[in-house]
Amino acid sequence: MTFGTSPAPHVIAPNSVRRVMRLVLFALAPAIVMHIVFFGVGLLVQLFLGAIVALLAEAIALKLRRKPLQPFLTDGSAIITGVLLAMCLPPLAPWWLVVSGSAFAVLFAKHLYGGLGSNPFNPAMVGYAVLLVSFPAQLTQWLPPQLADLQLLRPGVGDTFYTVFMGHLPAHLTWDAITSPTPLTSMRNSLSMGMTMQEAQANPMFGAMGGRGWDWINLSLLGGGVWLLVLRIVRWHIPLAMLAAIAVPAAVMNAVDPGAYPGATFHLTAGASMLGAFFIATDPISAATSNRGKLIYGAGIGLITYVIRTWGGYPDGVAFAVLMMNAAVPLIDRYTVPRVYGHTR
Amino acid sequence: MTPALHGGLRLPGNKQRSTQKPLRLIPAPDQVVLPLDQHAGAPAVATVRVGDRVLRGQLIARAESEISASLHASVAGTVLAIEPRAVPYHRNGPSTCIVIDNDGSDATASVAAVDHAALDPRALCEYIGNGGIVGLGGAAFPTAPKLRRGQQNDGPHLILNGAECEPWISCDDMLMREHAQQILRGAIILCHALQAARCTVVIEDDKPVAESAMRAAQAELHDERIVIQSVPTIYPAGGENQIITVVTGLEVPASGLPSDIGVLCHNVGTAAAVARWLDNGEPLIRRIVTVTGSGVTEPGNLEVWLGTPMSQLVDHSGGYSGSIARLLMGGSMMGLALPSDDLPVVKASNCLVAALPADLHLRGMEMPCIRCGNCSEACPVMLLPQQLHWFARSNDFAALESLGLMDCIECGCCDYVCPSQIPLAQQFRQAKPALVERLTSKQQASLARQRYESRDQRLERIEAERQAKLAEKRKAMTQNNHPGG
Repeated sequence: MTFGTSPAPHVIAPNSVRRVMRLVLFALAPAIVMHIVFFGVGLLVQLFLGAIVALLAEAIALKLRRKPLQPFLTDGSAIITGVLLAMCLPPLAPWWLVVSGSAFAVLFAKHLYGGLGSNPFNPAMVGYAVLLVSFPAQLTQWLPPQLADLQLLRPGVGDTFYTVFMGHLPAHLTWDAITSPTPLTSMRNSLSMGMTMQEAQANPMFGAMGGRGWDWINLSLLGGGVWLLVLRIVRWHIPLAMLAAIAVPAAVMNAVDPGAYPGATFHLTAGASMLGAFFIATDPISAATSNRGKLIYGAGIGLITYVIRTWGGYPDGVAFAVLMMNAAVPLIDRYTVPRVYGHTR
Repeated sequence: MTPALHGGLRLPGNKQRSTQKPLRLIPAPDQVVLPLDQHAGAPAVATVRVGDRVLRGQLIARAESEISASLHASVAGTVLAIEPRAVPYHRNGPSTCIVIDNDGSDATASVAAVDHAALDPRALCEYIGNGGIVGLGGAAFPTAPKLRRGQQNDGPHLILNGAECEPWISCDDMLMREHAQQILRGAIILCHALQAARCTVVIEDDKPVAESAMRAAQAELHDERIVIQSVPTIYPAGGENQIITVVTGLEVPASGLPSDIGVLCHNVGTAAAVARWLDNGEPLIRRIVTVTGSGVTEPGNLEVWLGTPMSQLVDHSGGYSGSIARLLMGGSMMGLALPSDDLPVVKASNCLVAALPADLHLRGMEMPCIRCGNCSEACPVMLLPQQLHWFARSNDFAALESLGLMDCIECGCCDYVCPSQIPLAQQFRQAKPALVERLTSKQQASLARQRYESRDQRLERIEAERQAKLAEKRKAMTQNNHPGG
């Protein structure tokens, strides 16, 4: 009798790129829900646009590169790029912002470098950075969290769709009336105006940890991240190193001058700290690969993020920190090759 | 405390299927096919000719190189042919085989039992070599040269490997259950050959029956040199270097041998074969083969005369059931997918898996590497398979060498965990010979350069000598021209 042959091993774990990406998306779900709870349905529109455009761009790029569409459109990586980018944008941002950012991310940051697995920079962060330097005004139009005690005018569902797709507010709303800076921006502005941190935090948008609403989103991201750790989809090295490298300098500076520097809890629950630590810096394609390398890479991102937030020109620094450390990955990988069994070094 | 192995996998063992029934000796076939190169090293050289009558156990091919193993007839009968036949090896192509027609007489060459204690270690090694004994764990490395290298150390620590970490395989398990005393006899003989002061028999903790059988036999023996050690069941803890590390906490140097750290490792089956050769005068002419997989009706462990076609093992196990996806020699992680069951059982054949599709999980479409690092977490040798993959694709041999491609043991752990389903082990198996060739040609190039440089130097030296002589001559001539000067 004759039989088919194939090289060993003949059994592999039931795992796939698709499964990994799907679980990452699931892990984002609680934070997305929180985001909608506190900032309205705007994010849903952004997510939808971001994902659809990422898939379209992926399809166009695959077609141009004469690659098979099915496996790469369904691997989930393009959707993740679109979703992560959308999560960084203000809920009422005009449609062309997320569309151009998502398309740029997939076409330029991913496929010009060779597609899945070959991009040295995190595509979503490239997309976001391009938007941030090109359209800074649109990226500051955040909403205040929807809390009972914060009596502010709120756009409804219809207003949200109108604003995103028309690119301007409906007649009965004005930006001044509905927008609010993010906690990081607010803190930054207050401190630069000479207020102490305690005075800045008297604003009702701040809670016990950091910005209200944002604290819950960050905690949900932390929860999702821990779930990914348990599933071993991500390893602890990058998130821990990054969060520690944000928290330690924050705690030290806060201890030195409590009036001028917010503490570790504020930094960890504000901005993109948790999104960055568990969902962006952990993108394995653009991250360092050995465990030691991951520690250095994560710590670098955390430290640069803190420096940009504290002394730099932007309220948050996760995107730029990730991109800078992406650029350092080949160097880190070169100098952090682990010792092989039986070798002294 | 057991030092942990780096990485590795906890795999479903699938071993219970084949350990329900006792060992069974199956009758010899009408014809046996015995490849001359069924061991690591140089092929044996045939000592019989076509038409010769041979007895069971008679020498039919002799080891004539340092690393080689003798071969004996597994049946009595007539040598029908010495010709190339298809063989169950990883490399392609046929091998020269001695084909013996079984006359059914079972006439056996009589070899007297030998008292190992009467032989000095050197002679004992030599004698073990005469039995055609090779490592029965799967690599089939000739036992005598391995012992000789171990002898250079004084009193190494002998490790008998009964870990059997690979899924499906249970031949060592059944051997330990049923022939524990024979294994320990072999241990004593090997201890004498090595002048070893210590012998550890290592058994993974998924084999409690085998372990208690070994402990009972050891208690009867009262030999303080021998201890039985249970270790956690992790694939590939049964690899030679891996088991040494698990037991001793030491690593075998990359460019060295276990004997460099005072250890020598043999399979429990090898020890039993040694005992059978010295005590019963039976050279290595049969072995235990696990016949299992969902595609075989009555799985179990069979004692099989070498050279028996694989198809007969299946016939004696109730035949195939269902449509077989793969017929594997060895386990599912490192086993060889056989193109046919008309291939002979060789010394390295520890297991035959008739696998239905449900027994396997074959690769789907290969996706690009996403550098997730699962592979380096799983790698027992602490390599970075994701980087090796990258450099193997771009044929960057310098990077492959410095990242330790040659240290890869091809266990397949990286393949197993890869979400992109990349055939990493296969890629590394293929890249290794290319890298070796590069290294050798580099070595040859540097030799050639040395030769070239020394030739240059030699020519320069000759030229300088010639000039010196010329100058002397000239000087002499000048002096002659001025005799009065």
